[in-house]
Amino acid sequence: MKVDQLSIFLENRAGRLAEVTRLLAEAEVNIRALSLADTSDFGILRLIVSDFEKAKAKLKENGFTVGRTSVVAVEVADSPGGLHNILSMLQDAGINVEYMYAFVQQSGDSAVLILRFDRTEQGIELLQKNNITIIPGEKLYSM
Amino acid sequence: MIYDIQNETLPREDLEKLQLRRLQALCERVYANVPFYRRKFDEKGIKPQDIKSLRDITLLPFTVKQDLRDQYPFGMFAVPKDQIVRIHSSSGTTGTATVVGYTKRDIDNWGALMARSFAASGATAADTVHNAYGYGLFTGGLGAHYGAEALGATVVPVSGGATRRQVTLLKDFAPDVICCTPSYALFLAETGEEMGINIKDLPLRIGIFGAEPWTNEMRVEIEKRLGITAIDIYGLSEVMGPGVAIECAEAQDGLHIQEDHFLAETIDPVSGEPVGPGEEGELVFTTLTKEGIPLIRYRTRDLTTLNTVPCKCGRTTARMKRVTGRSDDMLIIRGVNVFPSQIESILIETEGLTPHYQLIVARQGNLDTLEVQVEVNESIFSDEIKNLQRVESKVMKNIKEFLGVTAKVTLVNPKEIERSVGKAKRIVDKRNEG
Repeated sequence: MKVDQLSIFLENRAGRLAEVTRLLAEAEVNIRALSLADTSDFGILRLIVSDFEKAKAKLKENGFTVGRTSVVAVEVADSPGGLHNILSMLQDAGINVEYMYAFVQQSGDSAVLILRFDRTEQGIELLQKNNITIIPGEKLYSM
Repeated sequence: MIYDIQNETLPREDLEKLQLRRLQALCERVYANVPFYRRKFDEKGIKPQDIKSLRDITLLPFTVKQDLRDQYPFGMFAVPKDQIVRIHSSSGTTGTATVVGYTKRDIDNWGALMARSFAASGATAADTVHNAYGYGLFTGGLGAHYGAEALGATVVPVSGGATRRQVTLLKDFAPDVICCTPSYALFLAETGEEMGINIKDLPLRIGIFGAEPWTNEMRVEIEKRLGITAIDIYGLSEVMGPGVAIECAEAQDGLHIQEDHFLAETIDPVSGEPVGPGEEGELVFTTLTKEGIPLIRYRTRDLTTLNTVPCKCGRTTARMKRVTGRSDDMLIIRGVNVFPSQIESILIETEGLTPHYQLIVARQGNLDTLEVQVEVNESIFSDEIKNLQRVESKVMKNIKEFLGVTAKVTLVNPKEIERSVGKAKRIVDKRNEG
């Protein structure tokens, strides 16, 4: 039920992000979703990619520090209140969302949320209990 | 193991007699053959025959690096050029290069002293030595090379650079001993990991590290990551090269100075007055046997403490504490003295930080600023910003607490800080720019 997210340390310097995208392009890895968090001197790039291992190997080989995090991808109706419904459910259960990002699917009728919980297992359990559609990793990587 | 049992375990009384005899002969020699020293002696009103005891050494003039520069290239040589068989030179990164020349006997002595050093580290004639010190004008490569050969070991003269290839050679040739700078040893470990070769799993047993100041914390890190005993070696080209002093594997507690060849003193770097045993001071050497370029009271700028308490290894020679700073490497940040080694200790003690770091000193208005750049590795990396910021603030807090200076801590990409095959460049001082 979990999705492997690749996180990459980026020093705040011109061209670092482009270097990552160049390496991924060379490795023929497709980016499914991304989010970039930054501070004044460094950033963390979080990616869901078509081939996690290949992307990780390529980046490591080129000197990047990378990590693997388990995140959860859920599908919500692309309509007002879709996200709120899920967040309030998590709030009631006391599960903290460390960060999240989202993208809208091509078909246009649903959005995908990538969520990072402080307690991943409990998060998944709660979502399942409430019949929220969780997108398994294999499906997301090849979307 | 003790290579030269007779000379390394001389009763101190005999050692001092030998030192005095050699010091007197040295004074005669430099007075007769080196105009620079004759002038210095004359200025102080000293004649060689005034040296009647070892204590009289304080009557003699100091020699500083600038003197060697001023006499560039051959003005300090004490023998005619035809007796010089080899010339080495410093890199000249901090000014004009200094040049040193060796006679055949100097080279033989150097080899013997390096053989003593290898033996002290636990190496034997049956071992293979991977020598990754740079070959060339720098004394490290050839110094270690001749020493390993004098011991009877097998030398692999890899020199510096081509790091991936070095890892392959470490795996294929399975050496027992490696010689390089401590920072390069860690770079080799990192490169090995990238290549899927864990140096810890190789037969390598001993590392002999020198040519740059390092800390005990760094030693612990190296021993852990490479699975070896890390031995500190000390030397400088002006005095000889590597092998002036060496740590013994038995105690790993201070470096034995080869006192039958080098007379060591510690002085107050400001007043030039001798400091007592057990007190920190600037290390000063007088070369007792060198023919090519003998030096009287050469000021090394290295800060250390001398210890003459007998060592459990059986050597009677004085030991010097590991050199962690140079009087000219000391940074003064807003009036506070800071040595790179102190920052290094703090970084290594802050869990998971690599000892790859660089200090950037700059000036904003009239205030000095210190930035500590530290490389991020996978053990501290997190997908959450707050975790990385916690590391930054922890280092900042520790620096403030232990050194009393406020530093900006910046995490940088691994390999961002330039890896050198020779001495690591720890300080970038921008205060004198524009």
